[in-house]
Amino acid sequence: MIAELGQLALALALIVAIAQSIVPLVGAARGDAALTAFARPAAYVQLAAVAAAFLALAYAYVTSDFSVATVARNSHTSMPLLYRLTGVWGNHEGSMLLWILILALMSAAVASFGANLPDGLRARVLAVQGMIGVAFLTFILFTSNPFTRQFPAPLDGRELNPLLQDPGLAFHPPWLYLGYVGFSVAFSFAVAALIEGKVDPAWARWVRPWTLFAWLSLTIGIALGSWWAYYELGWGGWWFWDPVENASFMPWLIGAALLHSAVVVEKRDALKSWTILLALIAFSFSLIGTFLVRSGVLTSVHAFAVDPARGVFILMILFAAIGGSLTLYAWRAPMLKAGGLFQPLSREGALVLNNLLLATGAATVLLGTLYPLFLDVLGAGKVSVGPPYFNSTFVPLMIPLVVAMAIGPLLSWKRADIAGAISRLAAAGIATVAVIGIVLYASGGTGFIAALGLGLAAWLFVGTMIEFAERLRLFRAPLAESYDRWRHLPRSALGMSVAHAGMAIAIAGMTASTLFQAEQILAMRAGEVVSMRGYDLRFEGVIQANGPNYQAERARFIVTSGGKPVTVLAPERRFYPVQRQQTTEAAIHTTGLADLYVVVGDSDGKGAWTVRLYHNPLVPWIWAGCLIMALGGGLSLTDRRLRVGAPKQRLAAAE
Amino acid sequence: MRWLFLAPLLLFAIVAGYFAVGLTRDPGTLPSALLDKPAPDFDLPPLLPGKPGLATADLKGAPVLVNVWASWCVPCRAEHPVLTRLGREVPIFGLNYKDKPEDARRFLVELGDPYRRIGVDPSGRVGIDWGVYGVPETYIVDAEGRVRHRHVGPLTDRVVAETIRPLMKSLAR
Repeated sequence: MIAELGQLALALALIVAIAQSIVPLVGAARGDAALTAFARPAAYVQLAAVAAAFLALAYAYVTSDFSVATVARNSHTSMPLLYRLTGVWGNHEGSMLLWILILALMSAAVASFGANLPDGLRARVLAVQGMIGVAFLTFILFTSNPFTRQFPAPLDGRELNPLLQDPGLAFHPPWLYLGYVGFSVAFSFAVAALIEGKVDPAWARWVRPWTLFAWLSLTIGIALGSWWAYYELGWGGWWFWDPVENASFMPWLIGAALLHSAVVVEKRDALKSWTILLALIAFSFSLIGTFLVRSGVLTSVHAFAVDPARGVFILMILFAAIGGSLTLYAWRAPMLKAGGLFQPLSREGALVLNNLLLATGAATVLLGTLYPLFLDVLGAGKVSVGPPYFNSTFVPLMIPLVVAMAIGPLLSWKRADIAGAISRLAAAGIATVAVIGIVLYASGGTGFIAALGLGLAAWLFVGTMIEFAERLRLFRAPLAESYDRWRHLPRSALGMSVAHAGMAIAIAGMTASTLFQAEQILAMRAGEVVSMRGYDLRFEGVIQANGPNYQAERARFIVTSGGKPVTVLAPERRFYPVQRQQTTEAAIHTTGLADLYVVVGDSDGKGAWTVRLYHNPLVPWIWAGCLIMALGGGLSLTDRRLRVGAPKQRLAAAE
Repeated sequence: MRWLFLAPLLLFAIVAGYFAVGLTRDPGTLPSALLDKPAPDFDLPPLLPGKPGLATADLKGAPVLVNVWASWCVPCRAEHPVLTRLGREVPIFGLNYKDKPEDARRFLVELGDPYRRIGVDPSGRVGIDWGVYGVPETYIVDAEGRVRHRHVGPLTDRVVAETIRPLMKSLAR
């Protein structure tokens, strides 16, 4: 009964979405206030309907209603409540429902927070959101219905994939989707602006918070996914350039570019058509990512249940959304009035460089991801593109980006004094040279790439700190003045410094963990001791330790350093009988500067166990850096000027 | 200038065209040109002292698994425990593909050696004859030396339970 109500709610949401995508557009075109006003209540009703459907599915999962086909396929009575709940989105149908729920949430948020938007713009934005809703609601209702019943209901379900029964991955999809779907708002704003034929600083100011929110959510989502891969897959790696990872990384890169180009539109009224294009592309990449993951055109370790009918449907959505918006762009964008001019050496120039590098980076990732598909279609054979491609194309593009990241914020708008900016970065230069020297010396002159990576991180970090200190006139003016400046510092400026510093920290983590990793694989018997980088690990043997829905072999290692006890590590190998699948649970001891990482493997049947041991320097900095970046985004989001009705006054003044 | 604004649309049209054709293909199934044909002629030297190399003649007599692997391949590490367990039930022959012998030996010392025979193919020539496009790959060869199945990518417990083991059982009859 509850499941049928859920289905009914989805059908209702579709009807509302159809109305939401037509009525406000007509109203805005005719200037009919009654029709334009339809947009907001429609967005609220749609949210209510989709939320009801989502709750109905969650209810089916929590109560283990196995007459619902997706529940039977992806849940089991022995699973803990948390995973019965997160199982809702641990499968294709449920995750699409989550996708739509977040879309409805975003539309309702635009309706609610967009009180200061001009009525016409708000109506058009919500109408475009409605169209996206129509597409995905039709998709879910006709190809991926989560409420399909099956009779007779099985006695028990087939359980959620054990790899997904993990706290890190449980919350990875919601954050990721907040990012993916969050970009739909920027997309809708861009389409609305193209329809109106008008882009001004106020428009950029409205778009920026939504982009920021989507970008910071995506940052958290990607970081959670990579963290999960690190401790759950048991290889000690944290990024594999898998098509699914790339699918989330491309919108992140374009989103970062959009954040920065929107600043130029807002402050200088320039780069308008480029910013519109980025807003269209960011969401297009989200859609392409959805297509790649669910259609089965590429092989991936993340393979969802694939179905060609779904692939065709999503491809049709791609044609309509991306093809349609880019056609509109080709037609309307040339009519946008060009804005302020600037010299190449200026803040704008630096932001253009940032945009070019980020966009090129996204393009190289796209090419690497799709290359196997291209060759296959051309009949040129099956290939896979691996990390070597990405390391030799993407990474070099990021080097000038990081160099410029420290300089850009010190440049002034319109026309900058580059020599002055660089002279202020003297301390950063000294730090960089020192770090490079130390790394080269410590590695005996061989760690050139490591020196470069860590040097860049130092350059960016110190450069960011210098810029921040300059803003406060720290140590140049009396402390009271610096304090006063701190109190009046715009949150967006603080957010930028925090995010850039986070990037520097993440770069240091990525470099050091990749290049200074120590690895040992050996067969150990109980009582044996192994040493790694100053730690001694004594293997105490393996015991049986069973969980609610798995049987585990738990190894025990007593870790000491110089005779002093440090910790006890207990890696596990779990066997999930329902899915007949094995997972490894790495045991990790972190000092914040490095991780000691132990995985236990097979036994040889004669008392020896395969043990894999890693020492990963600075690896926690990767995720700490990502979180700091997201925090920077959050700080920027709380900036006063993005919240209050300031744009309206500015708009009134401009007219 | 105006045509420049058309460029994104054109690029998308090209990519979308590939998507449309790509949908008609399934990347999971990689048909082997050798399916139901005799395995190619080859004779590869051994990797380890005391363990024989691998040649076409060795494939006749009983159904076997031929596993193409390399020490530099991460998925090979992932499938290794599965292979070790499977090796207790059925004979597995190893084809060490484009690898340095010392690295390959270290790999086996670290993780254990599930293979009855190992042939070394440092140049990848024999791999080309088999149609290997990426490691790991696993072939099932019947008692007459004909290739009966090809699995691309790492073996998992599920693949073994659902495909490999039933096929080996039916071939053994």
